[in-house]
Amino acid sequence: MRGRGFWAASAALLAAGLAFTELADNPYYFNATYVVLQALIMAVAWNILGGFTGYVNFGSAAFFAVGAYTTIFLQKAFGLPLPLMILAAGLACGLIGLGVGYLTLRLKGVYFAIATLAMGIVLETLVNNWSYVGGAKGTFMLTPDEHLWFDSYSEMLFMIMLVLALGSIAISRALSSSRLGRGLAAIRDDEVAAECSGVPTLRLKLVSTTVMGAMMGVAGAPYPYFVTYVDPISAFNLFIAVNAIAMPMIGGTSHWAGPVIGALLVGSAQEVITVTISSELNVLLVGIMLVLFITLAPQGIVGLARKHWRKRS
Amino acid sequence: MSALLEVRGLAKRFGGFTALEGITLDVAPGERLGLIGPNGSGKTTLINCVSGALFNDEGRVVFEGRDITRLPPFQRARLGIARSFQIPKPFRSMTVLDNLRVPLEYAAHTRTGQRRAEDEAMRVLEIMGLAARADQNSAGLTQVDMRKLELARAMAAHPRLLISDEAMAGLSGAEVDEVLEILFKLNAAGITIIMIEHIMQAVMRFSQRVVCLDAGHIICEGTPDQTVANADVQRAYLGA
Repeated sequence: MRGRGFWAASAALLAAGLAFTELADNPYYFNATYVVLQALIMAVAWNILGGFTGYVNFGSAAFFAVGAYTTIFLQKAFGLPLPLMILAAGLACGLIGLGVGYLTLRLKGVYFAIATLAMGIVLETLVNNWSYVGGAKGTFMLTPDEHLWFDSYSEMLFMIMLVLALGSIAISRALSSSRLGRGLAAIRDDEVAAECSGVPTLRLKLVSTTVMGAMMGVAGAPYPYFVTYVDPISAFNLFIAVNAIAMPMIGGTSHWAGPVIGALLVGSAQEVITVTISSELNVLLVGIMLVLFITLAPQGIVGLARKHWRKRS
Repeated sequence: MSALLEVRGLAKRFGGFTALEGITLDVAPGERLGLIGPNGSGKTTLINCVSGALFNDEGRVVFEGRDITRLPPFQRARLGIARSFQIPKPFRSMTVLDNLRVPLEYAAHTRTGQRRAEDEAMRVLEIMGLAARADQNSAGLTQVDMRKLELARAMAAHPRLLISDEAMAGLSGAEVDEVLEILFKLNAAGITIIMIEHIMQAVMRFSQRVVCLDAGHIICEGTPDQTVANADVQRAYLGA
């Protein structure tokens, strides 16, 4: 997609979102799209490290949870407005991303994945024992009364999420076609060859973990207002991490559009199944789709599309 | 004239195994140096220490008068040391052209826009005879094109010193000539070249000076003819 087309599409989506808040009445629609958009940001973020740079992160839920708990902490301590909390969550999780990157990026492959999983457990234990933010029993968040010109708070949250999602897609897209993106791809393909071609691999990997962390924190920041009750088990839920991996894998990790397509497809399917069949079947669906795609189409939907076009041309 | 590359008393150990010991070597600007020796003699380890892929345990590496012993590989690449790999390591997800853009953008600092980097990459591909493959995916190249891509990518870094690690292994006679031709051309353009090679006919034709390694030591250094005539080299490598 050319630059102008992309921005026009983003603007159109934003306008469509606003029109949606005016036209739709059923609050379920906003809740459902919020969940899909949240998963989309997580998938796009995961793909920056996992897809572009080739490092598999199993600890996505921890970044998400730290984002959510940053909001809870700031709400309790200072009662800041939501945009500031989103910013703060991005900063906090960006810093954690940087720290985790520095500590673990000398590890490769499966060892790096295990380290990120362990980080999640460590952070969850910390939150479990931190009573100020609710500890293991969790904490309630009251939905504020104001919601700008929107009819309800969930409509406003939906619009905020839409803006954040479009923003993260724009960042991911800009990254993938830039000099930085080529450096990351070189690291993924061959780290030694990348370094010998002048790519400062450690620095670029740190950029990658920081951007990923910040984005996930941003995705988690509005979450307490969305669910109004947060406990460590739901915030650090492995399902969040699994979704963040599965969606890019299904969509295709090599292109910025991959996680977007994967998140829209899997996320919507999950919502439909939750409503029509059962919420338990959700997890099964992700599992089955992941297995099917990894065995039959390891390049994901983007890979299938590319193959198709190549055959035709 | 002072040396472009000076290696002084270099040693590298892997656990209890000494891969290199007491290596002292000068390479003059514009020189064509051949590096030979049996498998496992330390040739690749030596160039890994020069390019920074490995850090040496003892000794110093000096490039253009600057001590680079502790510099990471990417900084050495930026200073002008480029290498090809014995087992080709293309960036598999990229096209041939994009493979060259990485060193162009990172090592050679061609920041003057997309167009310039692309033109420059095409120029290198033309020299290497890969221009027709520019938009092809690098993972699907033939063996000979893969080796040419290794050299092309090293070239794109605008090196002052090019280290070619067995760029000709497994190639046919005509293909060896083709690659040699390219290396001669690069050298004529002022690039110093260290060539590691097992194909003796290529080493003899190409090198002005040959260094022979055996079991981590330099056992002989001289003109190609002197080296081939050397008794130690014959015993260790050529098989007399």
